[in-house]
Formats: sequence, structure tokens, C-alpha cells
Amino acid sequence: MAYNFKQEMNKPERLAGGHRLCAGCGAGIAVRGVMRALKPEDKAVVCSATGCLEVSTCLYPYTAWNDSFIHSAFENSAATVSGSEAAYIALKKKGKVNGTYKFIAFGGDGGTYDIGFQSLSGAMERGHDMVYVCYDNGAYMNTGIQRSSGTPKYAETTTSAVGKCSPGKKQIRKDLTEVIASHHIPYVAQTTFIGNFKDLHEKAEKALYTPGAAFLNILAPCPRGWRYNAEDMMTITKLAVETCYWPLYEVIDGEYKLSYRPKVKQPIENFLKPQGRFKHLFKKGNEDLIAEIQADVDKRWEELLKLCGEEV
Amino acid sequence: MKDNLMKHINEQNAWHELTPGGMIYGSGNSEHFNTGEWRVAIPTFIEDKCKQCLLCVPVCPDSSIPVVDSKRLDFDFEHCKGCGICYKVCPFDAITFKKIGE
Amino acid sequence: MAIRERLSGNEAVSIAIRQVNPDVMAAFPITPSTEIPQFISQYVANGTIDTEFVAVESEHSAMSACMGSQAAGARTVTATSSCGLALMWEMLYVVASARLPLTLCCINRALTGPININNDHSDSMGARDAGWIQIYAENAQEAYDNYIQCVRIGEHKDVQLPVMACQDGFITSHAVENILLLEDAEVKAFVGEYEPEKYLLNEKEAVSMGPYDIANYYMEHKYQQKVALDNAKQVIYDVAAEFEKMSGRKYGMIEEYMMEDAEYAMVIIGSSAGTAKDAVDKMRAEGKKVGLVKVRVYRPFPEEEMVKALSGMKGVVVMDKAEGYSALGGPLGADVKAALFGRTNAVVLNIVYGLGGRDVRVESIEEAYGRLFAAVEAGGVPFGYDYLGLRK
Repeated sequence: MAYNFKQEMNKPERLAGGHRLCAGCGAGIAVRGVMRALKPEDKAVVCSATGCLEVSTCLYPYTAWNDSFIHSAFENSAATVSGSEAAYIALKKKGKVNGTYKFIAFGGDGGTYDIGFQSLSGAMERGHDMVYVCYDNGAYMNTGIQRSSGTPKYAETTTSAVGKCSPGKKQIRKDLTEVIASHHIPYVAQTTFIGNFKDLHEKAEKALYTPGAAFLNILAPCPRGWRYNAEDMMTITKLAVETCYWPLYEVIDGEYKLSYRPKVKQPIENFLKPQGRFKHLFKKGNEDLIAEIQADVDKRWEELLKLCGEEV
Repeated sequence: MKDNLMKHINEQNAWHELTPGGMIYGSGNSEHFNTGEWRVAIPTFIEDKCKQCLLCVPVCPDSSIPVVDSKRLDFDFEHCKGCGICYKVCPFDAITFKKIGE
Repeated sequence: MAIRERLSGNEAVSIAIRQVNPDVMAAFPITPSTEIPQFISQYVANGTIDTEFVAVESEHSAMSACMGSQAAGARTVTATSSCGLALMWEMLYVVASARLPLTLCCINRALTGPININNDHSDSMGARDAGWIQIYAENAQEAYDNYIQCVRIGEHKDVQLPVMACQDGFITSHAVENILLLEDAEVKAFVGEYEPEKYLLNEKEAVSMGPYDIANYYMEHKYQQKVALDNAKQVIYDVAAEFEKMSGRKYGMIEEYMMEDAEYAMVIIGSSAGTAKDAVDKMRAEGKKVGLVKVRVYRPFPEEEMVKALSGMKGVVVMDKAEGYSALGGPLGADVKAALFGRTNAVVLNIVYGLGGRDVRVESIEEAYGRLFAAVEAGGVPFGYDYLGLRK
């Protein structure tokens, strides 16, 4: 169905205000964007891994969720919701549930790339009819900005400190979207917040309504952890895409499809510069570090273009 | 606003008055919690300038820009935390944003 | 009409699960509990049961999926042993605090370190304080009977707690014994339907579970769990009484054997109680006033029953099939001593035995009683505790 922006904005909210996420948090925007793709008549069971999203949206005796919600632990939102999906099949068979339910697991990059990786892989392989959504903000923000395997190289976090002996995180970022694509599930996509949210919406809709397991990786900036002005969210996500740091693409039944190709690929500095976590890279003498990041972005972008059958 | 099925729960309750397992009955009752007082900066909606493009709506992390019949209303200041993302995306200068007290 | 069969403990409990016909089972293979998910998988393949079988990638995910399932409103079961239970550890607490009455068939096996596949109780003993109800079986018949009762106990509105139905690995789980089965329809009627009040798939009202619980609420919620565990005791008796009407087999918190005029008692859990009963018979024939208390329900701890059964004893020997590494004795020893403190003058000796499948024979039990006689004779026990069957 063609994306009708105004119509989508008229839909009732599925994430209520009054949650305790920080001002300008990307997680809240990501969740609203995904939940909006549900048909209003469908219900959902949502699970969140322990993290910012969970402790902020479900704090006794308040919940921001208008759908049924469960939190169990940090590393298992995929397994938990896979159990709910199995229950749904069983109860539907017995006529105890009649309506349509969708099953959605949320996790940050810590709960997804790292501690929840096994649980995620298992649930995807088993092919539950569910969507796993990673809101990737590139570090363990809830515990105070520690590095994850989704943290970009040379970023400063509280466990990849910058000092005279260290330029920040030493390792390159794991490409989780690729890893999940290798599970050969029906739908995998990478997106973020752009313009009128068409890209995110359409991907969320496909993820929710494609039978079987689906995975969405959403770049969801954290103003505190990335150290930029909260109001600049949409500039940051745009730069992530325009520099090809965070390409928008989907993998439908194993077929790669590029969603957007910048007319002019911007230099990675433009994405790094507004963020305090990369401030040290702009000191004199660190030019080679930025060049190294640029080379990695270029290499990954070219690989992706090839996978998508695009001209390199 | 929806009815808050947990309205009887508070920090003075005895153990047997709390819901078992910390279950929260019903949905979306966080609406009854004010996060508006967190604001250190505040957006202002200038209706005259607004073309109702609604680009400000999906960027709000706090679901604080209500839409009725394809038209945005004034901010929900009970919940708006004053992050300013909406102000930055408005193409028509229909939202101003300034520090409280300035 | 009872059905006479020859079955292993794993077979018996799998038949109980088939008869209960749970909505969901999520499990991961581990010796010696593996046969249970295998049987269920076959039942599902044959269309014998309606259960959704989820073959997860780990025990942590097994318990997580079980939580998601039970929370969604489905009757849910899993099975595991040893390290599998250890990998579930975090989730055991989470499930209990969320008040989800799922059932776990624990086929007791030594906890790795070093790896060993044989029976002792180090796996479930470690989980004793996770907020679960723990019921232990002596043999395949009890494993079967206990499982059916566990479903009812956990789901009772006054309880709403997960239940661990334990039996000894290999000794009970794999040895074939004569057993009486109930008819499918009887079990179906006995367990009834699972009808939770609040659940995720309730179309009329959404619910949020597992919230962040601040200091102002956490303690009250933990106390609710404690009250639920206290309530479980009466429910265990009530369910047992109903079960007795149906089966003719009687169950309680503990089982007393030859305790009426006993002066020396042994407290023991699991399959070794069978061996110990033979030892008691033999020693009784020799004129020794020995008796036995078998712990069926370990959590909630049968404090009152234990004190009543052991009051007036000259000596009590508490047998632990698990090390506690508390330097004070095994977990059962510590609990029994705590229950008796200030209430009896009995000499209490604690013995660790049978670790990692170390053989327990009638003679071993006789030796344990012998050490108790000596301790009573000596007027008390030295600091620390004993090992039985250890090469010295």
C-alpha cells in the first residue's frame, strides 16, 4: 500500500507520553515509528530487553504501552516474545484467542549485538512470526555509555576511554544487519529517521506483515551518549545516511535492495564532527584516524552496492 | 485520556494492595505522569505559520504533538520534555524554541 | 481404572505431560532430561497432543520462551538437568517474581565442575531460594503423580508460582519400574483448563509485565511472593487430598516411615529414601529404633511437619546429596538444623553423600545410622559435617 503520510499521522498513538526516556531520545521515535505500521485493528505483544527503553516505558505502576508488554531480562527479548508467539499459535488453535496479534521484540545494540545475540539468532532461525527491532544507539546507554560491538571505531565511551594511550574504541563495528541477513529469514532491513518517515514506515510494515521472522535495525541516536544537541537529531540521522555510514537497504528473501543512494556521498567528517564522542579525532595529528574510518565506510559501502547489484 | 486502572496504587500501599508480580493492568497510563516539568527549554506553536505538513509529528519521542483530523494541535505540555527536534524540522518557522527563563 | 505399566521416570513424566496436554513446551536437550522433550516432540509429530513444541537454542532461552508463553496465557512446561538449570538461573527468579506458574521437570544431575552426568542434587539445591516450589520424587510413580499435582498447585489462585518437579537422574529417570497410570480423561479433568486472570493475549484488556520496580515497591512485591509460597502449603495438602481420592495414593509435605516409636531418625530426599527404607526394615528387625523422614516438598520448607516428626528423637542424621560449600554442611542439613533449633534437644548430624552418582547401598545407610548412634553416645557432634562413601 502506498505510504500516505497524513493518514499515518492520524493513527492513534501506541506509545503513550509520560514515559521517562530522556528528552530527544531516539528510542522513543523508533518505537513510535514501528508501532505506527501496525494496522489499527491488530493487537501486539511487545517485549523489550532490559535497557533505557524498558526502564523508562514500564516503571511500576505506569506503562507507556497501549499494547500488551512484557520485560523479562537483558539478553532474551527475542526468546521471550518467541514464547508468546508459540502461545498465540496454541491458544488460537484452541479458540481461546480470536483477533490478530503481532509479536515485536525491542532491544538496544547492547541487548541485540552483544548479550542478546544468541537468543536473537535462535528466534530468527526458528522462524517465529515476529519482528525483532534493534534501536541502535551504538553503546550501552542505560548503564552509562559503555562500548558495545555496535559502537563505531574510535568512538569515545566510558569503557573505550580516550587518553594519551588510546584513541577510543579500537575495534570496528559489527555489521549485525548482515549477520541476521545470513539467517536467510524472509525480511531484514536497515533504516533510520529520514524526512517524513516513509523509509522506516514501509520497512516496519513489511517486517510486521511478512509471515515469519523479520529483523529491523534502526539507527536511533542518543544525544547524551553521542554528545550532540538534542534538537539536531534529524540532521545527525541524515548525515549518517548521506555519508553512507548507515546505508538504507533491505534484504527480501535473500535479495538485497538499496533503498537510497546519495547523489553525492558526503565525507565521514560531516557525520563525526557534530558528535562529542569523536571530538578527539579532530585534534591535530589524528587525520589518519579519520582517513581510516573513511576507508572502512567506503569499503563497506562498495560491498553493499555489489550485493544490491548497483554500480560501484 | 484513558482511565488509569492503576490509580489506586501508590507508595503508601500495603503489600497486599499492590498488584501481584508488579503487573500493570490496562494500557498507556503513563499519560497520567507529568514529564512536562523536566523541560528546560520550551517550543511554541505558531498556528498562523503552520501549513499542517505534520513533519514535526513523527520526530517527537514523547508523543506530544496531538493530531486530530490531519491537523496538529498545540503541544501536549504535560509530556513534552522540550528536546527541540520538532522546532528543527519545521520548514515554516511555525515552532520557536527557547530556554525557559530567557 | 488404573493402568498397569512398566516405565522409566522420564517415560512416566512424559506420559503425565501428554495427559496434561500443555499449550507450549520450550526445551533444550541435556542428559538425563533429554528424553522428555524427545517424547513430547514425537507426541506432537504424531498428533497425539496439541502442544506447541519450541526447540530453543539454549536453556536460558527455554526459560525465557516459557516465561513469554505462560505470560501470554498458555500452560507451559519445560525440562532440564544440571548445567541446563544453571543456565536458567537468572530466569528462575524472574519467572517466580512475575508469578507465572509454569512447570519444570528437573531430572537431578550433578552440576558441572568437574563435568559429571550422574545423579546428585547440586543442580536444584542451588535453585532452592529462587522462589519456586520444589517437589522431589522417590521413584517413577511419584514422579508421575507429582507432576500432575504440580500443575494444579502452581496455578492455584492463592499461589501463582512456578513449580519444579524433581526426580533423580538415571536412578529414577532411566530405571524401569512398575507403575500405575491414571486414565487420560481423569488427568484432564483433574488439571482442568488454565484460566489466568491477567495475561498478554487477553483481547479485552492489555497488561504490562516485568516492570522496573523501584525501592518503594520492590520489597512489597517480594513479600507477596513469600506469602504465595506460604499459601502453597495448604494448597499442596488440598491437591494431594483430591489426588488421593482419584488415585488412592497419599501425599503430603513429608513422608514418615517407621517414625512412630523411633528414637533415631534420618532425613533424606529422593531415590535414596527407597534404599533407606530397606535399611530401616533391616535395622528394625535387629531391634534398632530407627525411622525415616523423606522430604517431598523442599520449598516451601516443611518446618512444622519436620519439627513435629523429629521432636523427641535422640538423634537425627540429615543426608545431603549436594555440597553446600558453606563450611557448615549441606543445604538440607542447614535447613533442618534451623528448623529444630531451640525446639528439640536431639543430636543432629549432617552427612554429605552420593555426589556425582557415588553409589548408595543399604550398607551406606546403615553406616550413616551407625555414625548417628556414636554421636548420640558421645553426647554431640564435632564442628563441621561428615562425608559418606568417601575414600580416605
